[in-house]
Amino acid sequence: MRGRGFPRPRNGAKGEKPVNFDALFGDLAQHTVDGLSKGAIYALVALGYTLVYGVLRLINFAHSEIFMVGTFAILGTWSLLGVADNPPIGMAIVYLLIGLVVGALASGATALTVERVAYRRLRRMNAPPLIFLITAIGLSLVLVEIFALWMAGFFSGRGFTENRLVIGIPPLLKQETVLSVAGADITNVQIIMVVSALVMLYGLDQFINRTRYGRGVRAVAQSPDTAALMGVHQDRVIMLVFVLGGLMAGAAALLWNMRYGITKFDIGFVVGLKAFTAAVLGGIGNLRGALLGGLLLGVIEVYAATLTRSTWEDVAAFVVLVVVLIFRPTGLLGESLGKARA
Amino acid sequence: MTEALRQFNERRRHVLGGMGDRWRALPRWQRWLTLLAGVAFLYYLPFLGDIPGTNLIIPGLDWFRTDSIDGGANWAGVLFVCALYVLVAIGLNVVIGLAGLLDLGYVGFYAVGAYSVALFGSAESPVVGALQEQFGFSQDWAIAWAICIPIALAFSLVAGVLLGWPTLRLRGDYLAIVTLGFGEIIRIVAKNSGWAGEAQGVPGIPGPEGPPSPDNKVFGLLDIKPWYWLALSVVLVMVLLVRRLEHSRVGRSWLAIREDEDAAAVMGVYPFKFKLWAFAIGAALGGFSGLLFASRSAFIQPETFNVQLSILFVAMVVVGGSGNMAGVAVGAFLLAYLPERFRDFSEYRVLAFGLALVLIMLLRPQGLLPSRRRTRELQDRAKEAPANVA
Repeated sequence: MRGRGFPRPRNGAKGEKPVNFDALFGDLAQHTVDGLSKGAIYALVALGYTLVYGVLRLINFAHSEIFMVGTFAILGTWSLLGVADNPPIGMAIVYLLIGLVVGALASGATALTVERVAYRRLRRMNAPPLIFLITAIGLSLVLVEIFALWMAGFFSGRGFTENRLVIGIPPLLKQETVLSVAGADITNVQIIMVVSALVMLYGLDQFINRTRYGRGVRAVAQSPDTAALMGVHQDRVIMLVFVLGGLMAGAAALLWNMRYGITKFDIGFVVGLKAFTAAVLGGIGNLRGALLGGLLLGVIEVYAATLTRSTWEDVAAFVVLVVVLIFRPTGLLGESLGKARA
Repeated sequence: MTEALRQFNERRRHVLGGMGDRWRALPRWQRWLTLLAGVAFLYYLPFLGDIPGTNLIIPGLDWFRTDSIDGGANWAGVLFVCALYVLVAIGLNVVIGLAGLLDLGYVGFYAVGAYSVALFGSAESPVVGALQEQFGFSQDWAIAWAICIPIALAFSLVAGVLLGWPTLRLRGDYLAIVTLGFGEIIRIVAKNSGWAGEAQGVPGIPGPEGPPSPDNKVFGLLDIKPWYWLALSVVLVMVLLVRRLEHSRVGRSWLAIREDEDAAAVMGVYPFKFKLWAFAIGAALGGFSGLLFASRSAFIQPETFNVQLSILFVAMVVVGGSGNMAGVAVGAFLLAYLPERFRDFSEYRVLAFGLALVLIMLLRPQGLLPSRRRTRELQDRAKEAPANVA
């Protein structure tokens, strides 16, 4: 413990070993694939931040807990259905679809509750953004603690009891390599993750740009007052936006459960922080920006983790964010939910 | 809201609103006397319920002490933490309350202050170890505590400027996430860097009497009262300084920027410069608080400086009433004191904290003891609220 005999303190920051370039470039394709699949979850959660920010201009700090609730709801449903490890493929698909519906519903309902409890009254008062942030932080603490004290135990089948431990989720799909491209082994789960993120984004994009409801969302994002004058029901649009964000978070929760097979009452925090970073990176309020930011952030993190043996993973994400914001203050693709083409 | 409740609220608002005016209407000597009595009471607080030098006790007051419950924390220790948090709140109030910049990474500056005194003042830190080797000093050599204070202040000031320089051009929400990232970066750097003691932290951090040892007469490890008095004195000095600053040209510029940055710029206030000032001054105060924390603990670890602490700091300012120094001091005191006093419910304390944040902000968004100007701003905003088509 004594600092004596400390070897050349100038190189202390990097320790004995230098940055490990071999590990990264020796297997670049593989790390890119891992990064993209990690980024798919960030992207889906980032969509929730971006939708709410695009319409209300506020950071929904409780969105990370909306995601967390989704993971638990899916876990609870699966244990209720008595899912065993690695069921036959047909059953697995049925369970996954049920999980998607339940996760999306649970997260959507939580998002609506957050809007109703934490934001609506403040919106009426036209309170400054800081107040929204504090209520959101407060509500997210409440949600986390409710799960830590009672619900996590309930969903893991131990009754309403404190459970602050990591809880395992039965694997439905065996993660196995199905494709090899340029030396990268791509697993079935990774394909599902990236493809479903793209599909969800495409669907959302079409919904916002092509449908009547989407037009309402864009109108409120552009100018709430004018939209109200044109007969758009503001509260309904805002509720819709929260539900959409919740649905995306529920889908992300399903992917998380498939890929990592664990959940915990506080997983939302880190995922939420990363997803928000991703949203800002791509340009908050911009749907495609959220996807780009999420995938990019996932790749950057995996690269940084490989280079530095995962000690500087989180630092890299934030450094990239700061650098991007200095040169492009509105993110890579700019803020544009209000624009005609999102 | 029912009519009776509304009337009660009106009357309460009337009485409380009049308090400030009545206070200002008092003759100067009466105000001074009250303030002196208040300060004397603050210095007496560690003895709360006892009369020092005698065996007499004042019944009733005992209830407020944290050591009156089973397994309660050392009362002077809790007061010391309260004083530290008040210092933090005063610093963060400059950033959030006066200049209107949302800083979610304030714990970073607290950590910079703590690590400054740890790395330069402790004979066991890697940095001091390297200096000893370089210049052939003895193994007990380290930089004196008194010299560590300006070092810590300088480092946190520089950290504030370094963070503010690239980021203060960003809009509010972006600033929040970037500062949040900064707080995390400081913690991760401390955790992963050999020169900062890595995850084990740094032991042997000195206090005013030198390195921690059982021989220290005043600032020892067991009796925390002197530490509380030290922190309280620092708080009082800083309150006076920040108060002067608040009513100076700089302070008025901060308010102007908070209320309307563009209008302020048109009037010749250069927003960037004054925002940077607010950031640097807030950072220095946070650093000072961190220094006191490290000296008292004699040992620090990177995991102490986590995001949750940052969020607690912001909550202290906003719940207390951002913009009003008395308000944020009350907020800091309550958020540090209540969880310790009601430790019996420790299982539910985070839940209660979250609920309290939501309720206070919904029912009283201006905070418990708001500044008058801030209250009016909120009322103005409410008038401007868009008509809701329900």
